[in-house]
Amino acid sequence: MIYQDSKTLLAVRKLHATVNGIEILKGMDLTVKSGEVHAIMGPNGSGKSTFAKVLAGHPAYEVSGGEVAFEGNNLLELKPEARARAGVFLGFQYPIEIPGVANSQFLRLAYNTVQAERGKDELDPLEFDDFVREKMKLLEMNPDFLDRSVNEGFSGGEKKRNEILQMALLEPKLAILDETDSGLDIDALRIVAGGVNQLANKDNAIVLVTHYQRLLNYIVPDYVHVMESGRIVKTGGKELALELEARGYDWVGAEVKANARVSL
Amino acid sequence: MNTASTTGYLDSLLQGQPAASPLTWLNQLRANAVDRVGALTVPTTRDEDWRFTDISPLTKLSFQPAQGAAQIAPADVEQWSIPEASARLVFVDGIYAPEHSFNRAGLTVENLAAGVSAHDAAVRAQLGRHAVFERNAFAALNTAFLHDGALIIVPRDTKLAAPVHLLFIATRKHAASYPRCLVIAEPGSAATVVEDFVALQNEAYFTNAVTEMALAGNAEVHHVRVQRDGAEAFHFANCAVSLAQASRYHSVSVALGARISRHNLNVLLAAEGAECSIDALALIGGQQLADTHTLIDHATPQGTSRQLHKCIVDGAARAVFNGNIMVRAGAQRTDSSQSSRNLLLSGKARVDTKPQLEIFADDVKCAHGATVGQLDVDEVFYLKSRGLSDSAARNLLTYAFGAEVIERIPVASLRKRLEQTVMAQTQAPALGAVRPS
Repeated sequence: MIYQDSKTLLAVRKLHATVNGIEILKGMDLTVKSGEVHAIMGPNGSGKSTFAKVLAGHPAYEVSGGEVAFEGNNLLELKPEARARAGVFLGFQYPIEIPGVANSQFLRLAYNTVQAERGKDELDPLEFDDFVREKMKLLEMNPDFLDRSVNEGFSGGEKKRNEILQMALLEPKLAILDETDSGLDIDALRIVAGGVNQLANKDNAIVLVTHYQRLLNYIVPDYVHVMESGRIVKTGGKELALELEARGYDWVGAEVKANARVSL
Repeated sequence: MNTASTTGYLDSLLQGQPAASPLTWLNQLRANAVDRVGALTVPTTRDEDWRFTDISPLTKLSFQPAQGAAQIAPADVEQWSIPEASARLVFVDGIYAPEHSFNRAGLTVENLAAGVSAHDAAVRAQLGRHAVFERNAFAALNTAFLHDGALIIVPRDTKLAAPVHLLFIATRKHAASYPRCLVIAEPGSAATVVEDFVALQNEAYFTNAVTEMALAGNAEVHHVRVQRDGAEAFHFANCAVSLAQASRYHSVSVALGARISRHNLNVLLAAEGAECSIDALALIGGQQLADTHTLIDHATPQGTSRQLHKCIVDGAARAVFNGNIMVRAGAQRTDSSQSSRNLLLSGKARVDTKPQLEIFADDVKCAHGATVGQLDVDEVFYLKSRGLSDSAARNLLTYAFGAEVIERIPVASLRKRLEQTVMAQTQAPALGAVRPS
């Protein structure tokens, strides 16, 4: 939701990034204020997921130009773990499986790590168990998932719920959810979206990276951005998503080219 | 080191053999073994089976069997206790220690030296039949010293839920021990056997163990082997398992200790429908060398085998794995998979892995593969994106890599203990109680 007294959480200016020497992001601009929900859409290969990973600090991507400020501080000079502790959260498109580590242990480790950074008390296993079970209700997750190895043998929907559970525990200021809707059936989509909606408040912000409009029926964005060739080429309100759903992405590209010719 | 001196070395180890048994066949078996020891030499890296495993440090030291059991305090034994165990046999430097042993299993779990007379026919039919020593100097040496060890006989259709704990404790410098285990699982029986090698000291000693297991039709044995020997120990082990029709053998081996260790495991699927799963973890560092050679011999149709062999190698340590899967002519509808996965934690760490598949049947399903590498970048990033430091993330993933094997141990207290050992050794964050570094 757009608030009058909101503050700028994320300011991306002319961001360029490469992977294996190939430029993927080519002058990305984006401003996200507290309380807002942004959707970044675009065809495959437009750079959406790269943008998400660059914000979280994935080592495979090299920033070759531009600036990213998070709450006014240079985000790019922080290591991934420092970004997480500062309040940036990436919900993974493909969450990693960690056989041999119980989900409850992993969740508590992540939670306590971030709590300690924020000067708050860590929770012992019993306290954490009560706490995490409450959060799991939000996502209609069976408590059995606490005893299983992290993501191992989880279905696609279960993995995504586990991602949002981590978001609920870590309470980030900025959550970037990368294709959180992919691989979800309609019930799982409703549950995951419901969880995200309950976590959204006027002090945090959410960036949804998605290929389809479907998710946006459940999480209503304040802004919809269309990415193409590594930058945002069009921004609109939630109705833009519906137009994209109906007409595809090609017309956006054509419009951009036409505008470019006009401006020449 | 020349050949002459290696021959002499084996002879030097032959001193201090046990007194003659009243059983003629047993004396004959030992005598045959002594003959073979005389004919064989200490393997060198010129032998194909020992290419990567230089055991010359062994031959620079001399070892003698302990004469008489050392007295050790109950606390020295109980620290290794497995509370679930229904029976425990303790061996101190290879010598049976009845005062620390118990048997509440309601079946034969006793010192082999005594049991061999009481169960003459059954033992005679199996002992030395599986772990052949014709061309194996260490198996021959063990057989030459055949005396103390474990005899476990699980009667027909008896299912022993609680594990049997065989605890081998090393206390003396330069002691040689030759533990021998024989497990006879009669038709339809089930048991869990834990072989546990530990030390109360860190000087050099020599353990040369042989284990034989004969599973009759429909029998099931879980076999856990934990090698946590002292830092300067030399550990050699030969284990041979024979599987009758539709029997099932599950092995989990964990190698953590010893300066040089070599574990040979041969599993013969001798009749139709037999199954085995063989999982192992070697977690070593410093100057350690851990060598595992396995042979899964599909001699008959419709056998199933699953193997996961993992090594975590740090420092200048070296792991060796040679995994041979043999599918003999006529062993149709064999279903076999083998995976060797290795994690190198330092630039000087080394692993030599050689999965081998030899197939002489045409209707089979076999898969094998090997990976050697460092931790996956995306996995490390995932954990860091949740706030974990680089070292915490790496150590946790290293722990998890090993824990995948540990969690297959069907004895809860031992599993938990080993998880903690692996956690400490990989410096994994005490899960859930870590401050960011």
